[in-house]
Amino acid sequence: MKAEKPMQPDPRQHYLTPLRQTTFHPRTAAANRLNSWGPWGGYTTVLEYDDLAMEHSAIRNAATVYDLCPMVKYRVRGPEAAAYLNRLTVRNAAKLPVGAVHYTIWCDDAGHIIDDGTLFRLGEADFRICCQERHLPWLLDSAFGFEVSVAEETEEIAALSLQGPCSFAVLKAAGFDVAALKPFRMATFGFDGGELMISRTGFTGDLGYELWIAPDHALALWDCLFEAGAPWGLRPIGTQALDLARTEAGFIITNLDFVPAHQAVREDRVRSPFEMSLDWMIDWNKGHFTGRRALLAERERGSRWAFVGLDIDGNVSAEHAIVYHDRKREVGQITAACWSPTLKRNIALAHLERPYHAGKSDNLWVEVYAMRELQYVKLMLRAKVCDRPFFNPDRRRATPPGPF
Amino acid sequence: MPMPSFDAIVIGGGTNGLACAARLQKSGRRVLVLESGAEPGGAALGREFAPGYRAPGLAHLVTTIDARVEREMDLGRHGLSYAGLSLPSTLVAPDGDHLLLEGEAGERVAGLSEAERLAWSELRGQLMRFAGVLAPFKEMTPPRIAAGAGNEYMKLGKLGFGIRRLGKDDFREFLRMLLINVYDVLNDDLTDPRLKGILAHDAVLGTWLGPRSPNSLIHLLNRLAGQVAGRRAAVALPKGGMGAVASAMAKAAEAQGVTIRTGARVAAILVEDDRAVGVTLADGEELRAKTVVSAINPKTTFLSLVGPRHLDTGFVNRVRAMKSRGGAAKLHLALKGAPDFRGADLRTRLVLAPSETAVELSFNAVKYGEVPERPVMEVILPSAHEGGHAPDGHHILSAIVQFAPHAPKAGPDVARQEMLARSLAVLEDHAPGLRALVEHAELLMPYDIEARYGMVGGNWHHGELSVEQMLFLRPFAGTSQYATPLSDLWLAGAGCHPGGGISGAAGWNAAERIIRGTGR
Repeated sequence: MKAEKPMQPDPRQHYLTPLRQTTFHPRTAAANRLNSWGPWGGYTTVLEYDDLAMEHSAIRNAATVYDLCPMVKYRVRGPEAAAYLNRLTVRNAAKLPVGAVHYTIWCDDAGHIIDDGTLFRLGEADFRICCQERHLPWLLDSAFGFEVSVAEETEEIAALSLQGPCSFAVLKAAGFDVAALKPFRMATFGFDGGELMISRTGFTGDLGYELWIAPDHALALWDCLFEAGAPWGLRPIGTQALDLARTEAGFIITNLDFVPAHQAVREDRVRSPFEMSLDWMIDWNKGHFTGRRALLAERERGSRWAFVGLDIDGNVSAEHAIVYHDRKREVGQITAACWSPTLKRNIALAHLERPYHAGKSDNLWVEVYAMRELQYVKLMLRAKVCDRPFFNPDRRRATPPGPF
Repeated sequence: MPMPSFDAIVIGGGTNGLACAARLQKSGRRVLVLESGAEPGGAALGREFAPGYRAPGLAHLVTTIDARVEREMDLGRHGLSYAGLSLPSTLVAPDGDHLLLEGEAGERVAGLSEAERLAWSELRGQLMRFAGVLAPFKEMTPPRIAAGAGNEYMKLGKLGFGIRRLGKDDFREFLRMLLINVYDVLNDDLTDPRLKGILAHDAVLGTWLGPRSPNSLIHLLNRLAGQVAGRRAAVALPKGGMGAVASAMAKAAEAQGVTIRTGARVAAILVEDDRAVGVTLADGEELRAKTVVSAINPKTTFLSLVGPRHLDTGFVNRVRAMKSRGGAAKLHLALKGAPDFRGADLRTRLVLAPSETAVELSFNAVKYGEVPERPVMEVILPSAHEGGHAPDGHHILSAIVQFAPHAPKAGPDVARQEMLARSLAVLEDHAPGLRALVEHAELLMPYDIEARYGMVGGNWHHGELSVEQMLFLRPFAGTSQYATPLSDLWLAGAGCHPGGGISGAAGWNAAERIIRGTGR
């Protein structure tokens, strides 16, 4: 099967098309019955194909495909790649085995988070960083003094996220045996005369995989998956369904749940790993990394903010609501919220000023303005700090995955 | 034989390293100075550049020695004395119509019109008052604008009071003039191009600024704020040559108990648990001490000796971005007879800078990596003052020639030849027949100075001394007061406040700061 090339606009007329099309555009456009598009990292991507409830339901009950092409990718290669990444990120990259992936973050000198992402170790001295925002200048500056090369390769790799309890079965039917593949591990397969890399990673908190392939073979991969996946009701999902799923999983998104240190204009908007509950990743013993001294000082001094999950009364979603203590004192802000179709709970992710995240968390309220026929109805809803992730099924981790 | 253990290691045996070591030793610490050269002294060291001719190294005059260093290291007792403290200056005019400036900062000038003499007297008085206000800042840790910065508020209060005491009119003028360029100030008040030429020349000596560059006046004030042996705005020539300063400081430090190891090139600063714990020498030897002080270039210290992997990316960016361009070349000529600068006294400081515009034009070229047509220069003949510098009847001419490109488009060797030819042409114009007297010539371009003295970019101050890299912004924003991000590692070189020269002030200040503790 020969893949059709997606149509890219004439570069001289870039102003006519401020958003680029992803490799999968011919397929996503054909499936986008609502014609619902949104910008993501300079590309136009689908927000909702035909029915948000059905798309979300497929993530939790069947199998789904999400176009991941706009995810920014950097390749880090060289004899000092691991040392470089250890200085760049807070986690220990040297401990990451070849063929494995870990979630990580990197900070500026002040210990404020620049971005989070996943780090793939493709070889002893060969890594890939996948993240939300663009950071080439910072990555290159950080390379000064290291024997390492850093290059952006976003355009060179097309990526699909295959998520849902039946995703393993779909891959098997498509001819890819990933039974032995554990979470956060990857494997490669021959496909269409090229190479397909499959990692057991994802952003839904469910069983799932991410598929990485050269753009020339991308459409063939899409077609192959949909042909094999039809019996399991495989369907494409848009960003809105993914956002519901990731909120249930308690995952954060850069620029939605925190403002990256290099973009924040207001000096109190930046957040440290302690303030985003990501300090568990910090390896204090691996040697120096950017921000370490500031973070040590913060560990001594204490942090101002905490990042928590909230369980809220009722079923009205509390997106972007202000959180109050004792109905009066503003103590925080919700960054993501939904009424969870899977859990039948009204959940949210929130920044809370300490100690309202723990010691004084017994009297929290969120102020919700619900638009009801052109009028706001103001609700004061009781909120309780609760554990994240909200949704964390065993099938996500089972190896080999269950036959759904 | 095992090395005795030391409390502090000072990297670099230049004047700042020696001053810092002496002060630390005096506080009860046992101090080891590691100098890569064969003898301590750095840029203050003289050397034989041709058989029988002894040239001052880089510096050929002393315009400031920190008063605390002079006093507490007792440099006089260790052999430092001066052939003169306020060496007169001659602005050498090609037609022989020279200006002779005598006394502190040209108190008396022969060869000016009456109106110009009065105008200069007024401007000089004002500049000296301003310089007097700024001088005390050199002898303290620069204050930082931050809460809990550990500033010396009592001292600062006194200095602030000193500024207020200028009186309303002078205070207003002080604020107006502090950050402007010297060219405008000279043209506001003076008319004689010769006087404006020498003042503009002196203002930009050793900087990477032309007289019309913003903030160039502050360099003139900085120069006037210098002192040697109690003499303000000094232009001093040590007896026995510049090497006398270095050797007196080394002797004083050793008398204090400091151990100086020469031929010891530091290859790396040892870091353990985020602390500096010692150094590794080029031959692999490891030396440990509780405190490590780097009195060498800040860029070299962080980028080579510590290394980026022990530092944050943003910090490394600031180190790399620190401006360090040198625009001065150093010329040494071995002459088989006395040159004749159309009758100018060879025992004065000879300045070849016909006008403030000529100084600016010579700077224009280096902005584009080119050699100027008509460089300006400061010429000293040490051999005219005393014997021992050159064979009898012969002379050694030492000149600071400005401006020389630090990264010439034509390449280093072509640019050096061009610079030498043009410098000799300028000298020949002012002293006909000089070229025929030259037995041997040596020209150190900024890149040669970098290679020989470790001054990045060939900048004398180990990082440009410009307003945006002064006080709490020195060596660069976010790092000042001699501290570094690594515990127990301190800076003490000219890259720190108050900058270069051979005064030892940065080293002494650093030692005081170390003794006072981190305060954070």
